[in-house]
Order: sequence, then C-alpha cells, then structure tokens
Amino acid sequence: MNIIICIKQVPDTETKIQIKPDSSGIVTEGIKYVVNPYDEYAVEEGVKIKEKFGGEVTVISLGPERAKEAIRTCLAVGADKGIHLNDPAFEGSDSYATAKILAKAISQIPFDIVLTGKQGVDFDNSQVFAYLSRFLDIPFVSVVVGLELSSDLKSATAKREGEGGDKEIIQVQLPAIIAAQKDLNQPRYASLPGIMKAKKKEIKNLSLSDLGLSPDEVGLKGSRVKIENYSQPPERKAGRIIEGEEPAEVCEKLVKLLREEAKII
Amino acid sequence: MSIWVIAEQKDGKLKKVSLELLSLSKKLKEKTNQDIGCVLLGDNLESFTQTLGNYGADKLFLIEDQALQNYSNEVYSQAIADLVKEHSPKIILGGATAQGKDLLPLVAAKLDAGLAIDCLDIEIDENSKLICTRPMYAGKVKVKCTLESSIQIASLRPNVLEVLPPDTSKQAEVVKVKPRIDPNSLKVKLLEVKKEARGKIDLTEADVIVSGGRAMKSAENFKLLEDLAEALGQATTVGASRAAVDSGFAPHDIQVGQTGKVVNPNLYIACGISGAIQHLAGMITSKCIVAINKDPEAPIFQKADYGVVGDLYKILPILTDIVKKLKAQE
Ligand SMILES: Cc1cc2nc3c(=O)[nH]c(=O)nc-3n(C[C@H](O)[C@H](O)[C@H](O)COP(=O)(O)OP(=O)(O)OC[C@H]3O[C@@H](n4cnc5c(N)ncnc54)[C@H](O)[C@@H]3O)c2cc1C
Ligand SMILES: Nc1ncnc2c1ncn2[C@@H]1O[C@H](COP(=O)(O)O)[C@@H](O)[C@H]1O
Repeated sequence: MNIIICIKQVPDTETKIQIKPDSSGIVTEGIKYVVNPYDEYAVEEGVKIKEKFGGEVTVISLGPERAKEAIRTCLAVGADKGIHLNDPAFEGSDSYATAKILAKAISQIPFDIVLTGKQGVDFDNSQVFAYLSRFLDIPFVSVVVGLELSSDLKSATAKREGEGGDKEIIQVQLPAIIAAQKDLNQPRYASLPGIMKAKKKEIKNLSLSDLGLSPDEVGLKGSRVKIENYSQPPERKAGRIIEGEEPAEVCEKLVKLLREEAKII
Repeated sequence: MSIWVIAEQKDGKLKKVSLELLSLSKKLKEKTNQDIGCVLLGDNLESFTQTLGNYGADKLFLIEDQALQNYSNEVYSQAIADLVKEHSPKIILGGATAQGKDLLPLVAAKLDAGLAIDCLDIEIDENSKLICTRPMYAGKVKVKCTLESSIQIASLRPNVLEVLPPDTSKQAEVVKVKPRIDPNSLKVKLLEVKKEARGKIDLTEADVIVSGGRAMKSAENFKLLEDLAEALGQATTVGASRAAVDSGFAPHDIQVGQTGKVVNPNLYIACGISGAIQHLAGMITSKCIVAINKDPEAPIFQKADYGVVGDLYKILPILTDIVKKLKAQE
C-alpha cells in the first residue's frame, strides 16, 4: 500500500489569536504551532494500515519552512517519508489552490489511499479533501470514525458520522480520500527511538517549478476565496451569579430569569 | 440571473436552515432583483412544494429518484452540478449542516468554484458579489471574504439568521428533474445507516443543549442532563465536554468544542464543565449560557450569562422539577 497523508501545521488550540492593526491578517509572532489535531488521526490510521498490510507512508505538507517540524513529528510516529511543498509563491493559497498543489505532488507518486483530517483548525474550511478528490479524480469520504480495508485492497469500508449521531457505513473504491474525525483511533505518542529515527528520514522539498504549475495557479492569485478583512469578535462578558440560601431558591430564581429576562424558556 | 438555495430534508422533514436560507435570499433578491431558485433532492418530494413556495422560492427544482433516497456526496453533487450547468445560476447557498458540510465542498469542486463555509452572515453588493462573514480559528477571528469564481457558493450556519414570515399566497413554479445516474460508474456505495438510538436532533440544530463535563463521573449520570433537556421541551438535546467523552461517559458525536461540534442554541447549560478554551470555541455563540459549577473560580463563569455555584447533583434534579411544573401549568 502506498499511503499518502496530507498534514497541515496550525496554531496550537490554546493560542490567543490577535489581529494586525490594519485588519489584514493575524499576528503570527509568538504563536506555537502543532500538527493539526485531526491530521494526527489521519497519520495514526495510515501507520496502522502500513503495519497491517505493508507499504509506505508518505506525509505531505504545504507550508513555510516551519512546517518541516510538523512533518518531522509525523515521521517520529511511524511515517516513512516526508514531502514539503515549500515555496514563497504558495503563500496565501486557499483550499482550492492548496488542493491543486497537493494534487500535483501526489500524482507524481504512486498512491492507493490518501488520508487527511476532516478540518484544519486554523481556517476551519473542511474543503481541501473535496477539491483534492476532483483534481485526483477519486472519491472521498469525510468525517470518518472507522476504516476497514478489503483483503484485496481494492476497496474500503468507512464508518462516517452522519447527523444526530447516525453512522453511515460506506463502501468506497480505492484509491480514495479518507478525511479523519476524532473518534477514528487513538494516536500514539512518539517514542524516543522513533524521534531518533525520524531525524534520519528523508524530507523532500518541492517548489513551484518542480511541480510544473504556473505562478497564477497558486497563492493568492490561484485562490477562489479572497479574505477582505479580519476582525476580533466582541468578548463575551461575565453575567451574574445567582445567589441564594438553598438550591431550590437559586433554581427558582434561575428559571424566572430565563423566562422573564432572557425569554428563552 | 438567479440565486439558488440547496434545501435539505430528511425523513419527510424540512431542515429549518432551508427556511433561513430562503429568508436570506429574499433580502439578497431585494437588492439585486434576481429570482430565487430552490433545489431539493430525494424521493417523493411533492409535499414540500407549498412550504418552499410560501417561504420565498420562485422556482423549485425537485430532483427525485429512488437513488437519492439516502444521501451520498457522489450522486447528490453530480445531480446538483448537472442542473447548475444547465441553468447557470451564479450564486448557490446551502446550510452548513452535517450534510451540507460534506456536499457543498464537492459541488464547489465540480463547478470549479470557491466556497465560503459556515457563514454567520451573507450580504451582496450591487455587482452581485457576495460578502460572506465567517469565523476562523474556532471563532477567535471573524473574516469578511469574497469569492473569485464565476459561480459563488456559500454555506450558512444554522440557527443564526431569522426566518421571515411566509406568504401563503406565494407559489413556486415546480420543475421536476430526473437525475442522470449511471449505477455502474459509482465509486461510493452506502451500505447501511446505523440510526442513533437516542433519536435526538443534531446538536448543531438544537434550540437548547444541556451539557455535562468530567464532573458527571459516569454515563449513567447523564440521565440527569437528559431529564432536564426533556423537561425543557422539543428541540433540546444533550452535549458533553471532551473530558466527559474521553472518559467514556458520552459518545463522541455529542462532544462540543473545537474538536467536536460547534453549536449555536438559544440556551446552553454547562454542568460541571470548567470552560477550557477548546470547549468555549464550540459554544460561545450560544444566545444564552448558563453555568452550573461548584468552583466559583471556574473560567466558564466568565462567559456565562447566569451562573449557579453549587453541586450539580443537588441542583439538576430540583431545576428539572421546577421546569416540569412550569411547563405543566401551560
Ligand atoms: C487539541 C485539543 C482539542 C480539544 N478539543 C476539545 C473540545 O472539542 N471540547 C472540549 O470540551 N474540550 C476539548 N479539549 C479539552 C479541554 O482543553 C479541556 O481539557 C476539557 O474541555 C475539560 O473538560 P471539563 O470541563 O469537563 O473537565 P474539567 O476541566 O476537569 O472540569 C470539570 C469541572 O467540573 C466542576 N465540578 C466537579 N464536580 C462538580 C459537581 N459535583 N458539581 C458541579 N461542578 C463540579 C469542577 O469545578 C470543574 O470546573 C481539547 C484539548 C486539546 C488539547
Ligand atoms: N497546507 C496543507 N498541507 C497539507 N495538507 C493540508 C493543507 N491544508 C489542508 N490540508 C489537509 O486538508 C484537511 C482539511 O483542511 P481544510 O480544508 O483546510 O479544513 C486537513 O486536515 C489536512 O489534512
């Protein structure tokens, strides 16, 4: 099995995000970056598939120089190789342009399954896998919480989260894209030998010219969504603590407030 | 020119967000004088004609086929893309529901279009360019964006915009469409839908959510939350923090937060939840937040409209009783 995993480096979920004074973007100084949490499930699943069926796991990431750390993190938990799509021309790419670049790189190598996260927790787009599915002309299943490959490796059965907790069991022909949801597995921690080995694994750099794309197809120019300005939503303020001697008194007061002041029950 | 709304139904029921989308489209229509096309997919859809017309659809495309009875991104997106190519609407709006989040990206991909997902508001300028307001970074940031493609696609977060009153005299022109589906070319096949036994509405569409955290201590104790939710009425359901989910007290699909669901109810009651930033990311836009926590220093109180400092095991049964009595009086 040739397993490809798309991973993105994103701000740690604890990070406070600040807007630049001219509203043109976010302040990137001081941000701590991590592997997108959903992509960790994708990586774990890829490594599990390799352990079961054999093959090779390639992690691929589009991002600036710092994204190498994220690739390295994935190599430490069992991925074999990294591809870093690293070119200043890629900067500002939206999901559409990102998928175009990823697709170009992926189609240069053999692949049987492509794993992604269900969402990047930075832009919260949930789109890259869909555009990727079109550019690679293969199907996708998103919000996947269970995955089983057929023994002939020609298809997979995916369990996806539908609405209201319903689970859809979907059979998909391979190659396909699987977008991981949190419940898919329990990502392992990197072991010390894993971290040591990762240092020797290959990370290949690919730039615009390596991919045969034109500058107009990538970055802001190649994007379909144009962000006009950024703003910080107003902070939610603390309301009031409902005082009372007895729980019953407090509850009565609460219900009265919800009914008469907030008018919601 | 026209604005299209991809409406959504499930098991004979129309999603409320479809009406929110039609109401929004009426506002966009006022400004640009485009007519409103509405697309609904499934099998036997006639019963929705009246409602969709009354709420603003000028033209209603019913894409009906047995193969569409159950949702599949492959067939649904193809049917929509084919219809779009035939009629050339320039604006397509849908709901950021569980289905919409899977479907619209693929529709956009097939039409080579840009998509603004999960919008909180959608405006239009005189050149019929959409201006979409959407959250990023788990709601820590809001952006306004435009779409640089000849077809503009946006999805709207449920429960954010109002539904305008219907006009019962208004009818939609109905166009029935038979999708071209070649069963042999399909690469995706739905084998089964395992229905969730709770049979509750999806958290993203709930009006009231009662959520529990680590303090719930067991799956059994979630009964306390269910009882309160039930007492509070119809579109209510139960949610959980990640700590509660990871401890095995609740299934993952009811987790609220950055790696769970982003919810937007009228009332969110957080019980025994401390209010970590990743949890807040999922519920901070709730219209009213109530926190029940025994620690007066819990960060959740900084964001709650009403706080109750106390033991949830004492508070919840009493609260449920009072609500029940109140509702019984009506
Ligand atoms: C990448 C990442 C993603 C994450 N995503 C999410 C997410 O999507 N959703 C999420 O919720 N978290 C998420 N988290 C976890 C988050 O950081 C917190 O750990 C989690 O929200 C804590 O859950 P909790 O409030 O239930 O538990 P705790 O923080 O342990 O709080 C329990 C609270 O219960 C109170 N309490 C105890 N006993 C009682 C009682 N008898 N009566 C009343 N109150 C009582 C305590 O005072 C305390 O405030 C994420 C973390 C990371 C790193
Ligand atoms: N720059 C990127 N490099 C590699 N993979 C990406 C990149 N951006 C998004 N992805 C993948 O696409 C998924 C969905 O991202 P998004 O559409 O941005 O929410 C992520 O979880 C990643 O797996």
